[in-house]
Amino acid sequence: MVTLQMNALNRKLMRDLWRLRGQIIAVALVIASGIAVMIMSLSTMESLDETARAYYERYRFADVFATVKRAPEHLSGRIAEIPGVQSVETRIAQSAILDIDGFEEPVLGFIVSIPERGAPLLNRLHLRAGRMVAPGRPDEVVVRESFALAHGLAPGDSLEAILNGHLRRLTVVGIALSPEFVYAIGRGALMPDDKRFAVLWMGRESLAAAFDLDGAFNDVALSLLRGTRPQEVIDRLDRILARYGGIGAVERADQISNWFLMNEIEQLRTMSGILPSIFLTVAAFLTNMVMARLIATEREEIGLLKAFGYTNWAVARHYMKMVGAMSGLGIAIGWAAGFWLGRLNTRLYAENFDFPFLLYRPSTAVFVSVALLSLAIALLGGLGAVRRAAALPPAEAMRPPAPPAYRRTWVSRMPGHWLDQPTRIILRQALRWPLRSFMTAAGIAMSVAVMITALQWLDAIDRMIDVHFMQAQRQDVSLALAEPQSREIVRDIARLPGVLSAEPFRSVAARLRAGTRHKRVSIEGVPQVPNLNLVYDAAERPLSVPPGGLVMSTKLAEVLGVGRGDMIRVEVLEDHRPIREVPILDLFETYIGTPVYMEIGALGRMMRERPAVNGAHLLIDPLDKPAFFRAVKETPEVSGLALRQAAIDTFDETMGEMLLIFVSFFSGFAATLAVGTTYNSARIALSERGRDLATLRVLGFSRGEVSYILLGEVAILTLLAMPLGCLAGYGLAWVMTNAFDTELFRVPLILAPSTYGFAVLFGLAAAVVTAALVRLRVDHLDLIAVLKTRE
Amino acid sequence: MTGNTSPGATARTAASTPALHARGVTKVYRSGTMEVHALRGVDLDLIVSELIVLVGASGSGKSTLLNILGGLDQPTSGDVHFGQLDLTACDDAALTRYRRDHVGFVFQFYNLIPSLTAEENVALVTEIADDPMAPGEALDLVGLGDRRNHFPAQLSGGEQQRVAIARAIAKRPQILLCDEPTGALDSQTGVRVLEAIERVNKELGATTALITHNAGISDMADRVVSFADGRIAQVRVNAHKRPAREITW
Ligand SMILES: Nc1ncnc2c1ncn2[C@@H]1O[C@H](COP(=O)(O)OP(=O)(O)O)[C@@H](O)[C@H]1O
Ligand SMILES: [Mg+2]
Repeated sequence: MVTLQMNALNRKLMRDLWRLRGQIIAVALVIASGIAVMIMSLSTMESLDETARAYYERYRFADVFATVKRAPEHLSGRIAEIPGVQSVETRIAQSAILDIDGFEEPVLGFIVSIPERGAPLLNRLHLRAGRMVAPGRPDEVVVRESFALAHGLAPGDSLEAILNGHLRRLTVVGIALSPEFVYAIGRGALMPDDKRFAVLWMGRESLAAAFDLDGAFNDVALSLLRGTRPQEVIDRLDRILARYGGIGAVERADQISNWFLMNEIEQLRTMSGILPSIFLTVAAFLTNMVMARLIATEREEIGLLKAFGYTNWAVARHYMKMVGAMSGLGIAIGWAAGFWLGRLNTRLYAENFDFPFLLYRPSTAVFVSVALLSLAIALLGGLGAVRRAAALPPAEAMRPPAPPAYRRTWVSRMPGHWLDQPTRIILRQALRWPLRSFMTAAGIAMSVAVMITALQWLDAIDRMIDVHFMQAQRQDVSLALAEPQSREIVRDIARLPGVLSAEPFRSVAARLRAGTRHKRVSIEGVPQVPNLNLVYDAAERPLSVPPGGLVMSTKLAEVLGVGRGDMIRVEVLEDHRPIREVPILDLFETYIGTPVYMEIGALGRMMRERPAVNGAHLLIDPLDKPAFFRAVKETPEVSGLALRQAAIDTFDETMGEMLLIFVSFFSGFAATLAVGTTYNSARIALSERGRDLATLRVLGFSRGEVSYILLGEVAILTLLAMPLGCLAGYGLAWVMTNAFDTELFRVPLILAPSTYGFAVLFGLAAAVVTAALVRLRVDHLDLIAVLKTRE
Repeated sequence: MTGNTSPGATARTAASTPALHARGVTKVYRSGTMEVHALRGVDLDLIVSELIVLVGASGSGKSTLLNILGGLDQPTSGDVHFGQLDLTACDDAALTRYRRDHVGFVFQFYNLIPSLTAEENVALVTEIADDPMAPGEALDLVGLGDRRNHFPAQLSGGEQQRVAIARAIAKRPQILLCDEPTGALDSQTGVRVLEAIERVNKELGATTALITHNAGISDMADRVVSFADGRIAQVRVNAHKRPAREITW
């Protein structure tokens, strides 16, 4: 048996651990929560990263991407000669409206060419079902898996597409995934909408034939030799492609799908830092509290051990082992929970990203480093208490501690004859150890804060939807044209069935340059006073767009390091590619994206073109929607459309699902914090005051009255913790929203009163449940022991 | 009256009525297969206003009996009455009520609440009592009127014990139970504590039972009950009570 080999000290350790199991488990759970969040975030991050890396490598995801209007195929030779380029693949990529049987709304399709013979050099497909397109079968397509799933398409099914104005019936022969579309969103969309956005792959020759691009390409992907700087290649490539309508190449980091994925990984990194710090700090405090109390009650034993000749170090080691055991348990639970949550979380993320495989192989390094970190923090927390134990002189330790010295304080002097004695006991106890009281309150407060942070996301998302979709967007539908058209087309669009009003827009690809900073953007040309798609400040202020300058989002201004009134260089990447210095007329705050606007007429003049549009925002009579959709499917000029309601729905759905999980994780962690802190302070109160409480029972106080004294302090600290928690929650939410401030989203710091209310109720409930647990112990107070023993 | 030496016998005069009445009280502690017979059939009446001292070897069952009389514990068998109240039939709440309304306790280690001043420690009990005296009055009675605002840590052992006595008697209990109240004190300080108990017994008429190891202290009792091996070995009536002031050890 193991126990037989254990020395006396270790046996004592085992018994102490068993005796204090409730408290130890409470501390361990808090440690475990911190570890679990950390492992969950780090392992999800690592898995996504590793999965993406492996996927990209195996399927030859390109390093540089460029689109042009039309370039001759022989250009590929020149591109291949750019130093650092490994392979070049020219392609045709086109938007098209699709018509799916049984689905009323037009679907936005993005069609990319693949070789009819052999696999693509770059951006290879991962075939899930069926086969690739065959030579000489121009109507065959491979479709992206999530779209196929959303519509129940299988090889053999067909769909209709308007290719360059011609209606074509295409046959699905394969279902596939592509590293280029791990995250697939339609132009201008915020979230993937698998029902309304499709990626199709078609044979190069048939696509060229459909779009009159024989012997030409309009899209090119490059892979680079290891160690090549993408920017140098991009500069040369842009120079080659400029006269063919090149609008600026992007490197992998800016490729849409990859950019979203990396953004997500970055957010996980943020998450792995903030929350675990809170948990591990609270855990350190709780460890300190438990150890300090344990050592205080074991003064005599410690003295005895030392009198027997145990060294200070042996005593310290004994108590360190206790801390070690406590965090060891926490680490074990945290590892298991973190592994499990990490896998769950990775799967959830993977649902939003389409990978052909998922590598969940969290590295040992993550587990070990997280464990070491938390162990170090716990030992640090226990250190003070353990050092006191080691420093206790044997003789001193043998004397029981003098009764804690209370002095007359403002509480005892309060003109408070209205305070009964039990309440005085509570107040004085709380004030006697102000730091400990504060830390207890802080621990409970943190649980409220964590809850507020979680719930604030719901408020923030509501707000984002409200401002972005409800207030700023008045249109029902936005139509995009395949090519810019003269402004007259807006009149035609306005005559489509059901259209109540139409507002044109012009999008122009450009690079904005301010000093050394630059960014590729799409400048939206809009009416001076937009009526449908408003230029809208998050402070609920619509802006007008005066001719002669730019109106941009504050985030874009921040990225470029410019402000209102500054001049900025606009390098247009289309048509005549004019370069202009224009003033920044106004800035506005947005929650989503980094839009920049210019008055449409001024934009046209800058482009040196006759007034042109890329599309229009429309108000539609709901009754005429079916007729409108039918008409759109028959309008060859239209290459895309976005429905506001559908965007809201997918936003709601996607975010809702994520948030539900997120909030339930957080509630669990918040509950652990609250219970861990409350339970420990109540148990410590019980162990410190057990004798006093039993005395009171002997003197005729009922269980209820004694419980009041025991739990009153916890109650006061809990109540104190509530406003503290609300404050901390605001602060934490602030930190979180700042940490999640990306070019994609700015999460507004919005805290509804109900969020505070719910978090407070949650904290109180956790405290009450814990108190009830400790209250049971009052029934087991040994009244007779009180009469015998001294302490 | 002369000494009555028969074990278990009760001193009874026409004028005296029992405040507490115990018959055939046994107490067996079981732990696993071990059985400890702490009390093996004890009959004892406490007469109103008398002061009895319980003596006997350590482990002879004195504290066990006192705890049962004080409503802290239930006997294994036997019968304990406080007036009409059958203590053996009481549940926890009823026993709490009994302690609260009728019993004052003084412990060997004082058991004051460290976070309350002397006066507040007394008030602790008077607040929940029916007809208490003012805390100050109780402290005056034990000679500590001027220390009312001191916390336990600021008082000597003897003073703490006197505060404990004040706390026990402030509610004017019918029964005052003291388990080795001078056990932790030196002789001089102990005498002052005994004086306080004596005064309370005399002036308030509280029926008082006091456990001691100290033979000298028995001289202040009306009766001295000797315990041996869980039984009452002897009851001796003191013809002449000695005032506590004259006791030394
Ligand atoms: N809680 C208990 N469990 C087991 N035995 C006990 C307990 N309390 C007292 N005893 C035993 O009962 C006997 C009487 O104890 P006690 O009444 O405390 O003696 P006294 O007060 O006369 O010294 C002793 O043998 C003691 O060990
Ligand atoms: Mg005893």
